Amino acid sequence: MLEIKNLHAGIDDKNILNGINLSINAGEVHAIMGPNGSGKSTLSSVIAGNETYEVTEGDVLLDNKSLLELAPEERAHKGIFLSFQYPVEIPGVTTTNFIKTAINEKRKANGLEDLPAKDMLKLIREKSELLEMDRKFLSRSLNEGFSGGEKKRNEIFQMAMLEPKLAILDETDSGLDIDALKVVANGVNKLRSKDNAVVVITHYQRLLDYIVPDFVHVLHNGKIVKSGGKELALELEKKGYDWLK
Amino acid sequence: MDLKEKLVSSFLAFENKGGLDLDSNVHDIRLKAIQNFEDEGFPSKKDEEWRYTNLKPLLKHDFSLFPITNDAVGFKNIKDYLINEIESYTLIFIDGVFSSFLSDTTHDECDVCVISSALTRPKYKMVIDNYFNTIAKENNSLSDLNTAFTKEGAFINIPKNTIVPKPIQILNFSTGSEKEVMLQPRNLVVVGENSHVQIIERHQNLSKNTTLTNSVTEIFVHKRAIVDYYKIQNDTENSSLIDSTFVSQKMQSVASVHTYSFGGKMTRNNLEFYQEGEHITSNLNGISILNNKQHVDNHTLVNHKFPNCESHELYKGIYADKSTGVFNGKVIVQQAAQKTNAFQQNNNILIDNGATINAKPQLEIFADDVKCSHGCTIGQLDEDALFYMQSRGIPKNEAIALLLYAFGNDVVEKIKIPQLKSRISKLIAENLGVNLGFEL
Repeated sequence: MLEIKNLHAGIDDKNILNGINLSINAGEVHAIMGPNGSGKSTLSSVIAGNETYEVTEGDVLLDNKSLLELAPEERAHKGIFLSFQYPVEIPGVTTTNFIKTAINEKRKANGLEDLPAKDMLKLIREKSELLEMDRKFLSRSLNEGFSGGEKKRNEIFQMAMLEPKLAILDETDSGLDIDALKVVANGVNKLRSKDNAVVVITHYQRLLDYIVPDFVHVLHNGKIVKSGGKELALELEKKGYDWLK
Repeated sequence: MDLKEKLVSSFLAFENKGGLDLDSNVHDIRLKAIQNFEDEGFPSKKDEEWRYTNLKPLLKHDFSLFPITNDAVGFKNIKDYLINEIESYTLIFIDGVFSSFLSDTTHDECDVCVISSALTRPKYKMVIDNYFNTIAKENNSLSDLNTAFTKEGAFINIPKNTIVPKPIQILNFSTGSEKEVMLQPRNLVVVGENSHVQIIERHQNLSKNTTLTNSVTEIFVHKRAIVDYYKIQNDTENSSLIDSTFVSQKMQSVASVHTYSFGGKMTRNNLEFYQEGEHITSNLNGISILNNKQHVDNHTLVNHKFPNCESHELYKGIYADKSTGVFNGKVIVQQAAQKTNAFQQNNNILIDNGATINAKPQLEIFADDVKCSHGCTIGQLDEDALFYMQSRGIPKNEAIALLLYAFGNDVVEKIKIPQLKSRISKLIAENLGVNLGFEL
């Protein structure tokens, strides 16, 4: 589904990704781990289309078509979703209105009519229950004054609403206590299907107890230095990253 | 003959036509005012207060000072500019002349009528003597000019213990009956103890002709009274406005002036609050959304004279193309005004490289036990927020508009009349070119 080929990218004159190769198939969960500064967040930003980063070499393909020339919103319309490490606060726009706009934009791009209000409400109710969200957050300004945990939950709620083909969860576990972590992981697991894929970017093995990956990749200096099954995560937890450098 | 000479030389004829008793106080006030104006003339860029706003190009027009009015204007021409969704008293002026046909006045619980009658009728002599031109700043040549030519405008006189049941809308239209017109509306608002009133004011050019409006409003807010005053400035590209609004507050009163500047060629708002007692709250809110070569200058003053008072000031600006904004927020806390809480915030976004904002917070604090803060920001759009929204599928242009809309939203949130709030929201959306799929 997603094919990353020899991807080099950086910011200004600094190279951050130095030739990443990764292939993700529908139905799979991949975990990308690595120490600070290894390029994890850069990789997710580049896939989602953040223009701050410049791709200098290589390609990223979704269903055999390159994403690199597409704007972030076009990538979203094709089914890419990035759950942010630091979700942005947008005062003045409620979560409900924001997600309505996002869903209808995606539908429009795919030649569909707006989702009728009744169906939208039903969907919102369903997905917010899945994530055990307090309804009052939906009518508040997006992420404004939310705790770290509430913001992350809101990210997964939006993911549930948008039903992406490929979801990238960037440090979704940071800022979550164990109960919230379970709820969020449970939400992600319920959204898994044979048609979509999930990339989990994380520091710690903790989240992977709940979202069990098929593959674990270790990123170091902008390269994947080791890949393996879920047991690799446990090994990293025990030994740290130093033995891989 | 330049505009100043033209104005000064028209004064005598104007007074004679006005039918005023030449022995009255008002006559003396006018006479003094025209003398002041003659001495001072129009302000120029050499005046500190006018450094960033140049009136010169505007003054070159050959304005008609006493335009003929267009009788043909009917409700259908003006209805778009009224907030129709609410019951209200309305004062409609067409080319500076009151239209009783289009207006809805009252003398029942309070007086909502016109200043031309208040100036001449014995019944109102006390009110005029006590209030008229008592806070409009002396030696301010533009308000002096207005005072000299005071002829028409709103007269709102609310006795004590009166909650005015519906908002009052003051609308000044110019119809383009002449090519270049100068209008000088004059409003007087007196709100008695424990009374409450909401006022919406708008100046609107119905044609493509050039208009310059030099408007003065005096507002007196007595003990525990509450006044909400909303100014909608969304005029055409050939219309300019100089608005001077003076507010005098007695103890425990709350006065709020909200200014929404979206249109017009040049707009200058002079807004001055004088606190004359303890436990007073003054609120000043404004939002400017400009494009092309539009210019808006917000000059505010809050004068804290007594202890235990508050002022809250929030001005936001969004500037596109080659538009320019000015914000000058002066707060004086006098020595006696201990325990003052004065907050001022001014946030600006420059969308294009050619846009300019000149912002100047000016705090003069002579008391030592006070809480005063000011914050001024000038920035571009938040790139992280843009990427966030785009990554959720919202196209860049819409994301920009939505962000700008959200930026101005806390000013809009302060509107207490829901129908007005949704109208202002709509105007903002229009001016930002957003097509919102929902009501915010």
